[in-house]
Amino acid sequence: MALRLAAWLTIAITVGIVIALIIPSLEFFAQVSIRDFLFGTRWAPRFADASFGVIPLITATFWTTAIALITAVPLGLGSAVLLSEYAHPRLRQVLKPILEILAGVPTVVYGLFALAFVQGTVLRDWLHLPTGSFSVLAAGLVMGVMIVPTVASLSEDAMSAVPNSMRQGSAALGANRMQTSLRVVFPAALSGIVAAIVLGVSRAVGETMIVAIAAGGQARIVTGALEQGQTMTGFIANAALGDSRVGSIEYNTLFAVGLLLFTITLLINFISIRFVRRFREAY
Amino acid sequence: MSAQPSPEVTTHQEVTPPHEPQEVHFEPAHPTRDDQLPDTPDAVMACKNVDVRYGDFRAVTGVNLIFGYNEITALIGPSGCGKSTLLRSLNRMNDLILGARVTGEVTLHGQDIYARGIDPIEVRRRIGMVFQKPNPFPKSIYDNVAYGPRVIGMKPSNMDDLVEEALTQAALWTEVKDKLKQSAFGLSGGQQQRLCIARTIAVRPEVILMDEPCSALDPIATGRIEDLMEELRQVYAIVIVTHNMQQAARVADRTAFFTALAAEGTGDRTGMLVEYDKTTKIFENPSDKRTEDYISGRFG
Ligand SMILES: Nc1ncnc2c1ncn2[C@@H]1O[C@H](COP(=O)(O)OP(=O)(O)O)[C@@H](O)[C@H]1O
Ligand SMILES: [Mg+2]
Repeated sequence: MALRLAAWLTIAITVGIVIALIIPSLEFFAQVSIRDFLFGTRWAPRFADASFGVIPLITATFWTTAIALITAVPLGLGSAVLLSEYAHPRLRQVLKPILEILAGVPTVVYGLFALAFVQGTVLRDWLHLPTGSFSVLAAGLVMGVMIVPTVASLSEDAMSAVPNSMRQGSAALGANRMQTSLRVVFPAALSGIVAAIVLGVSRAVGETMIVAIAAGGQARIVTGALEQGQTMTGFIANAALGDSRVGSIEYNTLFAVGLLLFTITLLINFISIRFVRRFREAY
Repeated sequence: MSAQPSPEVTTHQEVTPPHEPQEVHFEPAHPTRDDQLPDTPDAVMACKNVDVRYGDFRAVTGVNLIFGYNEITALIGPSGCGKSTLLRSLNRMNDLILGARVTGEVTLHGQDIYARGIDPIEVRRRIGMVFQKPNPFPKSIYDNVAYGPRVIGMKPSNMDDLVEEALTQAALWTEVKDKLKQSAFGLSGGQQQRLCIARTIAVRPEVILMDEPCSALDPIATGRIEDLMEELRQVYAIVIVTHNMQQAARVADRTAFFTALAAEGTGDRTGMLVEYDKTTKIFENPSDKRTEDYISGRFG
């Protein structure tokens, strides 16, 4: 009974969130055409000659997410293979909880680390790269590190679930451990691994604190990793802290961007579920 | 089993000069090559005083065995007497088990496979293994067979031919030739097991180890695998663990009977070889009382 109530409550809350996003968004789209919003290249909601082209925000989100994934996927899958296929069981018992603790570090800590250490010290002082106070690179790299534990832990679960009989079958044919990991265990665990990566993507797209602190605050189209940029989440965080009047166009803008973010995340999950269904292997 | 007598038996009868006194032979229900079997096998592999331990626990001890070329050797005995353990020590699969340790000598063509400098990967390529439960990879039928040749870097002039040959040898080709690209999981249990045999054959091993390969199969599928073993014997040395005595009697040229005895001091039950001989001898006239008890007990 309590369980059923909890389930219904969860659904009700989700629906509530969607409705809360849609109503102000509808008001927004009464004033700004969907076309201008989705395909416009200038984002200046607070200017006198306001413009609501969301492309600049999307480019920044794209860059931070891509950099995060380029960091997190190899590191995460590498750790997962090490943990599941190479580590002594006792070592695994120690390492996995540590990994999971890492996943719980508050994102504001990561954000400050990205801004002060990665951007300020590493990229500028040590590497002398031509970059300002913020960059999508610093934010993306640290975001990548942040999602490594998620990707690693879930992928490791998927690989550990592959029955040992498959590893034995492979070894009995003269495969070494690396071949067995990459050619048998990895494909067998593919659906779980994809799920892990998708969760990583969702977290990267939705991550707010790190990009708000370290990626920058100007909504311009991002064309390189060393540029600053304002992501969708970065805009929402900034604007929400401002004093937009309820019902004003700036206020409604927040929800339109929020709805777009929600849709993108939903789409990613949807595509991945289809993918996983297609490649699922029962064993 | 094939209904016709095997060609060897026919040949033998033909070359027997008619004037020699005819010996009266016990006729086994199934043709065996007992008459042609040499007293000691033409050894491909041998165990000399082999012990296998898991940590401090000694699972089998003091095993001396010879596995002959073109012969099927069955390992039988009550559950837990170390048959699987011994089998895994023949291709160094025990290396993958934490704490497992083999002492004594296991030789392939006289070379100790546990000697320094011997690559266990190469050992496993030359000594293939088929497992109790069919364990195809989550790949297509074709890729299951091509997997072994690919990972060991075989460069066949034509992989398709190699796959076809292995599947044909495993008596599976006609059933799967139109669905090579389909997942191996779509096959029946018996077909999956023959696929696993095809996969093993594809890397051209010299010895095939089988650990209760039919225990998960129905009688018809079992019969097909037994026929197949009969065929494979022409080319390979086969060692089969089976808990099914009729199966050992049907397919094996020689049989090794194991049992587990409580070691002095510890209460551990350690497996040891009781008797090893031609299958007909083991089943009709065992020299050890324990063998006789086990065999008659099973037959009721
Ligand atoms: N991986 C292992 N670790 C520890 N002990 C094992 C392992 N595998 C088997 N044993 C033990 O070794 C003995 C022999 O087992 P096994 O070789 O599987 O016997 P059989 O195949 O004859 O039934 C048993 O007592 C079993 O519990
Ligand atoms: Mg066994």
